[in-house]
Amino acid sequence: MEFIVSLLTATLRVATSILLAAIGETYAERAGVLNLGIEGTMFFGAFVGFYVADLTGSLWIGLAVAVLSGIIAGLLMALFSVTLGVNQHVSGLGLTLLLSGLALFAFRLKYGGRSTPPSIEPFPLLSPFRGIPILETLGEQYLLTYITFLVIVPLAWWLLYHTDFGLKVRAVGENPEAVDAAGVDVYRIRYLALVIAGGLMAAGGAFLSLAQLGAFTHGIVSGRGWVAIALVIFGNWDPFKVTLGSLIFGGTFALQLRLQAMGLQLPIPYETFLALPYLVTIAALVIAGRNAAYPAALLKPYRRE
Amino acid sequence: MIWKRAAAIVMVLVIIGLTACSGGGEEAKSEVPFIYAVYATPIEEPWDGVIHAALQKAADEGKIRYEWTDDVGYSGDMERVLREVAEQQKPDAIFGDAFGNEEAVRRVAADYPEIAFVFGSGLGPVDPNFSVFDNWIHEPAYLCGLIAGGVTKSNVIGVVGGYPVPEVNRIVNAFIQGVKEVNPDAKVLVTFINSWFDPAAAKEAALAQIDSGADVLFAERFGVIEAAVERDVLAFGNMSDQYELGPDHVLTGPVWNMTPTVEYIIKQIQAGAYTAQDLKDFSMMAKGGASLAPFHGMESKIPADILELVQQREQEIKNGTFRVDVDEAPPVSD
Repeated sequence: MEFIVSLLTATLRVATSILLAAIGETYAERAGVLNLGIEGTMFFGAFVGFYVADLTGSLWIGLAVAVLSGIIAGLLMALFSVTLGVNQHVSGLGLTLLLSGLALFAFRLKYGGRSTPPSIEPFPLLSPFRGIPILETLGEQYLLTYITFLVIVPLAWWLLYHTDFGLKVRAVGENPEAVDAAGVDVYRIRYLALVIAGGLMAAGGAFLSLAQLGAFTHGIVSGRGWVAIALVIFGNWDPFKVTLGSLIFGGTFALQLRLQAMGLQLPIPYETFLALPYLVTIAALVIAGRNAAYPAALLKPYRRE
Repeated sequence: MIWKRAAAIVMVLVIIGLTACSGGGEEAKSEVPFIYAVYATPIEEPWDGVIHAALQKAADEGKIRYEWTDDVGYSGDMERVLREVAEQQKPDAIFGDAFGNEEAVRRVAADYPEIAFVFGSGLGPVDPNFSVFDNWIHEPAYLCGLIAGGVTKSNVIGVVGGYPVPEVNRIVNAFIQGVKEVNPDAKVLVTFINSWFDPAAAKEAALAQIDSGADVLFAERFGVIEAAVERDVLAFGNMSDQYELGPDHVLTGPVWNMTPTVEYIIKQIQAGAYTAQDLKDFSMMAKGGASLAPFHGMESKIPADILELVQQREQEIKNGTFRVDVDEAPPVSD
C-alpha cells in the first residue's frame, strides 16, 4: 500500500512539467501549428525562471518572467510559421536550437566556470491533508502541481470546447478557409494559440528549475518536450486525455525507478526498466494512434487564395 | 518572399553564432607552455569541469597559457576540432576526454607526434605522445562507504549513478566495499538514470530510494543532494566539493583533483622530457589527485570510532600500506 501511495505521489510530480507543456502543444496543434520549439521553450523557461528568481529573490517573479519568455517564444514561432509561412518542422526545430543555445550562452555568462550548479530555495511542498492517511502523502505536492491538474487542465478543456475562442481555435486548425470566410482573423487566432502554448511550455520548464529542483543545469529538460508531443497525439488533442497520457508516462517513469531501487535480482538488464516509460508510451500511441484525428490543417500555413 | 529568405538567413546565422560559442583567452606569446583543451561535454559537466578547473588554476598562476573549447560532443566533430587545433594553434599539449571519441583522438594524436596529447581514457597510452589519465577516486569513495555504513540507521543506503561505465562502477563498488566493511547488514540500492545530465530524473531516483528506506545517499550525479535536503537525509557529493548544495546534509564526498597531473605534464614539457604514459597515480590519494571533501563541520554527525577508522585508512592509503580494490563490474542493488 505504502508502495502504491509513494508511486502515485511521484507520478503526479513527474507528470506536472510534461503535462503543462503538452497542454500548450495541444493548443498550438489544435490551431494547426506543430510547435517543435517545445523542447527549447521549456529549456529557455527553465533558465529564465531560475535566473530571474535568483536575481530578484522571488520565485513567483521568476515564474512570471519565465511565462513571459515563453509567450515571446510563442510569438517568434508564430512570426515564422503563421506570418511568414515557413515550414513548421524547420521553424520549430530552429526555435528549439536557438532557445537552447541562447539559454546555455546566458547561463555560461552568468554562472560559468562553477563546479556545482547554481541553486536557489525552491517552491515548498504543500501538505494540506495532514493527518489523513494516504491523502497526506499523495497531497504532498507543489502548488504548481495542484494548479496544473485542478485549474489549468479543466480551464484548457473548457476554453477549447465551451467558448467562442475555443471554437475558433479548433476551426482554424481544421478549416481556416471557412473561418476566414466567416470573417474571423485566422492569423490572430493562431497567434493567440501559440502565445498560450509558449507560456505553458515555459511554465513546464520553470516547474523543473523552480519547484522540482531549485537549480539549473544542462539537460534539465532532457527530452520531456518531445515526450509531450507524443502525449498530445496519444490524447487525441483533448486536454483530459492528454492528462491521462502524462499520468501513464509519469507513472511508468516513477515505477521503473522504484523497480530499480527494489533490487529485484532479475535476469534482465536495468535498461529494460529505463525503457519502460517509452515502451508504454509507444504501445499506448500504437493503440490510441489508430483513431488519431489530426487537425486537418496541421502543418499547413494559411494563405488567402 | 525576400523577407522570408532574410528571416531564415538571420535565424541560421544566430544559431551558428550561438552553437559555435567557445571559450578562450587573449593572444599572448610567452615562454610558458601553451595548453589547449578540447572537451566533449560542456565544462559544467563535473568530469570535464575538474580538468578545466586544474588547467584554469595553472593559467591563473601564470604557469601555462590556456585556451579551450567544449561541448564538442560524440557525433564525429572531435577529429575535425582536434586537427584544427593542432594545425592552427600548434599548442605544446592538448588535454581533453577521449571517452566516446577514442578512435578519433588516437588517430589525430598519431599524426602530430610533436604535440603532447593528454586525454582522459579508459584505455592505455601510446608512444610517442599519447598519455592517458582517469578519475581514480575509488579510494575516497571507499572512505565515504565506511562513513555511510557508520551513519545509516535504517541500514539502507542509496546510490544514483549516470551510466554503469568503469569510471562509475569502480567508485560505486569501492563505496559499497566500505559500507560492508563497517556494516555487513546494510543494503545498498543502486539506480542508473542513463544520462550524465538529467537532475530531475536523478532526484526522482533518489526519492524512490528514500521511499524504499534509504537514509544515506551517494550522489554520483547532480540532483540527488536536492532529494536529500528535501527529505532530510544525509548525502555524499562526488567529483568536487558539493557542500554548498546542501550545507546541513552533505557529509563529504570523493574529490578528484587534476592539478598534480597538470603540474607533472608542465614540468615534463618544460624539461623537454615528455613521454607517453598512464598518469593514473597522479589522480590517486597518495599524490594528492584524490581526496575526501572537507567536512565543513559535518563530522559531528559521524560516530567517533568511524571517523577514527576513516582517518586511519586514509593514512594507510597514503602510505601505500592499504589498497582499495578496483572492481569495474556493474554494481547491482542488494
